[in-house]
Amino acid sequence: MSALNLPADQRSDLIYQISGLTQEYQKRRVLDVESLEVRRGEVLGLVGPSGSGKSTLLRLLNFLEAPTSGEILFLGQQFNSGQEMALQYRRRVTTVFQRPMLLERTVWENVAFGLRLRGIRDGNPSVQAVLEEVGLGQFANQRARTLSGGEAQRVALARAMILQPDVLLLDEPTANLDPQNVVLIENIIRRINHDHGVTLVLVTHNIFQARRLADRVVFLLEGKIIEAAPTEEFFRSPKDARTRAFVEGVMVY
Amino acid sequence: MPEFFEIVLLSLQVSGIALVISTLIGVPIGALIGLTRFPGRRFAAVLLYTGMGFPPVVIGLFVYLLISRNGPLGSLNLPFAPQLFTPGAMITAQTIIAFPLVAGFTMAAVMGIDPQLRQQIMALGATRRQAAFTIMIEARLGIITSIIAGFGSIISEVGAVMLVGGNIEGKTRVLTTAIVLETRKGDFGLAVALGMVLLSLAFMANLAMMRLQGRSFEE
Repeated sequence: MSALNLPADQRSDLIYQISGLTQEYQKRRVLDVESLEVRRGEVLGLVGPSGSGKSTLLRLLNFLEAPTSGEILFLGQQFNSGQEMALQYRRRVTTVFQRPMLLERTVWENVAFGLRLRGIRDGNPSVQAVLEEVGLGQFANQRARTLSGGEAQRVALARAMILQPDVLLLDEPTANLDPQNVVLIENIIRRINHDHGVTLVLVTHNIFQARRLADRVVFLLEGKIIEAAPTEEFFRSPKDARTRAFVEGVMVY
Repeated sequence: MPEFFEIVLLSLQVSGIALVISTLIGVPIGALIGLTRFPGRRFAAVLLYTGMGFPPVVIGLFVYLLISRNGPLGSLNLPFAPQLFTPGAMITAQTIIAFPLVAGFTMAAVMGIDPQLRQQIMALGATRRQAAFTIMIEARLGIITSIIAGFGSIISEVGAVMLVGGNIEGKTRVLTTAIVLETRKGDFGLAVALGMVLLSLAFMANLAMMRLQGRSFEE
């Protein structure tokens, strides 16, 4: 949607092009991605055990921190070490984290928050319409902190949706939720991709969720990409022994 | 009786003005130390904590020496510098007492906000300034508490106002210094009455704080 009014060079099919990207904390290398692309419209699943660098990669994709070395090309704009991403580009991507991270305000104000940061009063579709889309229309005036875990996460999704980002990053969006809420939230995630045309990068340690939602899966281990393949192929015939171990649940994590 | 109201009014004026200045200085300083990373940040925090526990009477002494006619500031004869034994001197001393409290509690309040919330705010497209502002709004109860704590510390403070104000009748006599004087004179009735006023002021400050926090108490 928001892609329609972009200059031609930014309408490219590649949202991200990553090359030689590394991240170190206190000299410890936590991420080392030689090359990775994210294509417009796809759902990319990032799987791997905890500590494999998935969340670090997401923070880099949201330009929340600068890499130690390497670069991310985002819609034709470069992002390197020691750099801050220009606000106008940073505002075309957002993240929904594992915990909903709502503000101590009403549900409506939470959903409108990103718009307010951009100096916009209400969205099109409106805040109310997006709340209804996630099934929380009647909660608009309730204080956000009084919601249940599943409801809160739906507010977090609505807050991201209304911004109509080019990419939505999802960091374990359904961990700690009961199965019923997992279904609800996965349906919303599908709609965000199908109906709203938002590219998704989904981090999960749940391979079943990756299988249900992703078009393509990338397996990270100790900061490195071990394997990347279309979902069916990834699960049916993994090439690397470590991927096979992970997919078959043999890998202990 | 008019003298009685004069004392109450001057107490409120001196501590009120000192509190406004402390808030204007203390909240930004506390937020800055709590939210940003800079060299010497830890040292600044230690200074604040030291300031929070500094004996008011020592601050009174420090201000006294500074602004007395032979002091480093007094000897300059600056037109705007506060003079000894005036409300201005009392406001100066009380500001120095209250602002570390306001800054220290503000710092603790913003540092108490989940660091991941800050990431979320940035991820939603906030500038650094917007993120800092949003976190201060999230920490609003703690910041209000810091201001009320500052008020509580100076409205009930005796040593500094006594030293730099001098407890001059009709000029620098405030509730606390009046209580000391009336007790010494043996006029316990008046001393107790002034004490009740002081207590109710402290009570009202806390009541205001409770009302502001009311919404979160109802949870």
